[in-house]
Amino acid sequence: MTTVTNMPLSDLLKSFKLKTKQQELLIRVSILCLVYILAFITRLFSVLRYESMIHEFDPYFNYRTTLYLTQNGFYDFWNWFDYESWYPLGRIVGGTLYPGLMVTAVLIYRILHFLRFAVHIREVCVLTAPFFASNTTLVAYFFGKEIWDTGAGLVAAILIAICPGYISRSVAGSYDNEGVAIFALLFTFYLFVKAVNTGSLAWSLASAFGYFYMVSAWGGYVFIINLIPLYVLVLLITGRYSMRLYVAYNCMYVLGMLLAMQIRFVGFQHVQSGEHMAAMGVFFLMQVFYFLDWVKHMLSDTKLFQAFLRITVTCAVVVGTIALGLGMLSGYISPWTGRFYSLLDPTYAKDHIPIIASVSEHQPTAWSSFMFDYHILLFLFPAGLYFCFKRLSDATIFIVMYGLTSMYFAGVMVRLILVATPAVCLISAIAVSATVKNLTVLLRSKNKGVLTGSTKGSSSSRASSKALLDQSQPFQKNGAIALLFGAFYLLSKYATHCTWVTSEAYSSPSIVLAARGAHGNRVIFDDYREAYFWLRQNTPVDAKVMSWWDYGYQITAMGNRTVIVDNNTWNNTHIATVGRALSSYEDEAIEIMRSLDVDYVLVVFGGVTGYSSDDINKFLWMVRIGGGVFPVIKEPDYLVNGEYRVDKGAAPKMLNCLMYKLCYYRFGEMLTEYGKPPGYDRARGVEIGNKDIKLEHLEEAFTTSNWIVRIYKVKPPNNRW
Amino acid sequence: MGRTSSKEDAGALFHSLRSAYAATPVNLKIIDLYVGFAIFTALIQVVYMAIVGSFPFNSFLSGVLSCFGTAVLAVCLRIQVNKENKEFKDLPPERAFADFVLCNLVLHLVIMNFLG
Repeated sequence: MTTVTNMPLSDLLKSFKLKTKQQELLIRVSILCLVYILAFITRLFSVLRYESMIHEFDPYFNYRTTLYLTQNGFYDFWNWFDYESWYPLGRIVGGTLYPGLMVTAVLIYRILHFLRFAVHIREVCVLTAPFFASNTTLVAYFFGKEIWDTGAGLVAAILIAICPGYISRSVAGSYDNEGVAIFALLFTFYLFVKAVNTGSLAWSLASAFGYFYMVSAWGGYVFIINLIPLYVLVLLITGRYSMRLYVAYNCMYVLGMLLAMQIRFVGFQHVQSGEHMAAMGVFFLMQVFYFLDWVKHMLSDTKLFQAFLRITVTCAVVVGTIALGLGMLSGYISPWTGRFYSLLDPTYAKDHIPIIASVSEHQPTAWSSFMFDYHILLFLFPAGLYFCFKRLSDATIFIVMYGLTSMYFAGVMVRLILVATPAVCLISAIAVSATVKNLTVLLRSKNKGVLTGSTKGSSSSRASSKALLDQSQPFQKNGAIALLFGAFYLLSKYATHCTWVTSEAYSSPSIVLAARGAHGNRVIFDDYREAYFWLRQNTPVDAKVMSWWDYGYQITAMGNRTVIVDNNTWNNTHIATVGRALSSYEDEAIEIMRSLDVDYVLVVFGGVTGYSSDDINKFLWMVRIGGGVFPVIKEPDYLVNGEYRVDKGAAPKMLNCLMYKLCYYRFGEMLTEYGKPPGYDRARGVEIGNKDIKLEHLEEAFTTSNWIVRIYKVKPPNNRW
Repeated sequence: MGRTSSKEDAGALFHSLRSAYAATPVNLKIIDLYVGFAIFTALIQVVYMAIVGSFPFNSFLSGVLSCFGTAVLAVCLRIQVNKENKEFKDLPPERAFADFVLCNLVLHLVIMNFLG
């Protein structure tokens, strides 16, 4: 009985044994599945710790527009004029946003509803970014496979799944353009490199669609439309041009440009803006170049060709410079806008455009940020560059250029570390994969050497060489094993570091603050939402709220009230008006507030909790921006010997301006810390100077439980008698 | 002396170009004719715009770009179908033509949306 059942069992096991190719495929697919799941779940820290909510400031605007899109449909969304922000100007939302993110979220929402999963749109919005991060790992795998081989693709997928530089902008809850845009960026680059490698019109069409998706998702598409022409130029100069390049670039440029112009926010910039002229210039250059190449191919006589060449080149150069010169001089081709010009000249924004300089994400990057966001990838990047240069092909030239240009921009602006992350991961993956492959080849060759040594061995020369080989073999094998262990150790340290960084630094929702209490218990400050819901429930529906532009999106999305300025910052004068109002004495400020129909003023104050991103710390920027438009506001008035103080020694204008009064009203009686006098500001670490504050034209409406958000009501003017 | 030699040069250039071109196969000449027609149409539109003004700029752009676009796609088709190009030796001409038709379809759909 047992023998009969044993035989079929061993046959069954034998039938499961797969061939090597199938084993390899199984391993690859299972690794990719695990990486896909890993990329998703490592971004879920804040959902598990707090709740499923939208983080930060910008995502609230995106959430509000997505809500509008689900309720009103695409046509109303595309033509939406929002009268609830930038009172009294309003904002043409349909023409001033990038719709890609919202349309994607609503598409996922509709698919889920079609499958009868009745989820709320907020859940879809919160989880869109991790979902697209998982898709990015898949694209990174295919891209790595295209550049180097499948091993590099797998390592690239793993590295980008947990890299903190990418996680910082794509955690669950960070419903912002970058979450989708990085996927679109890498996808477009992959499709373009595939098109250049195969020379097929179908792949170029796909890359044009990828570019369209990128344009619809993020303003950073300017990077693509400048990097690809630069790459084509480099290929033309180094003599690597081929017919495939012509097909790929031309199809992508013409179709991509046309598709991009369908987005209203982009409009005609592809033919009118200086930032897009490089692509057009390279387009014309290519036509001339390939035309000359074709003529050279047709003419057998080189002397005649030289003459023709001279004529054509001079004509083309003359026509090109005349056209460019006319365009720039007449102002038809606009010069580089401040946002992108400050990338080429980092000192430009500080002197000329204080609003761009004041954003914390636009500051230059410190080395610690690089180490924090990249860890071991920072030294694997040059190693990968070395490997790329050893095996140059069209694809590796592209990734080298992408890596170098994006690293330069990452050094100029902290926010752009995100754009450099895919390049750094891919190039590091090449280094890791090539090194590990070489080491394992060394390990395997020792066994082969032993085998051949044992089967052969008659001539003396072979014997002596075999002896030499045998002597160095153990050393090489031990070295290879040691290096492999070292590589394994480094990669495991990378994984630990990435998880720690994600958990500690990048998973805070910014709208809910957490701290450790005296006994080590966790204390949650939910003041922002408390204040916004108070606004929503206790103020008239048409009330207008004045606050600094940081909080505009959150007030409209959660408080559902009209705001004066918000994060879009499209009108500098309007923001400067608000800045002037907040930095003036109360009598001047009330004039400005009455002219803007303001009903409520909202300030953020961190003196009781020690929260350091409050309005008093941002106050100097308000002064600078206000002073940039209204010279009556002078920054030195608020400083003492160039120092910014809020205690007794502060400047008198500082002690009596509206912002100071609103933040520190009734704070003089507050005991904040044991052993310190009343009115001790925990965020600045000093006792405030003006404790006896009286407000004449405003009255306190609401202060949250930890004093973080304070709302004041503007009193109507007194009766005449 | 210089004048006549450059004139002779131009003449010789012209003749050799003509003779070399006459040797190309007929299907490539048809594609070249199509490209020439498209560019000519674009030039007519530009001249019209110079006379009348560019007011609905999107209409002007869509018209000109449809001509340039289809010309560029036809040149890509010519490159892929040309027997002398070693890189496209394995590409069947039917596949090249199908790609050309697909890209033209997308181009004209976008143009129709953009025309306004």
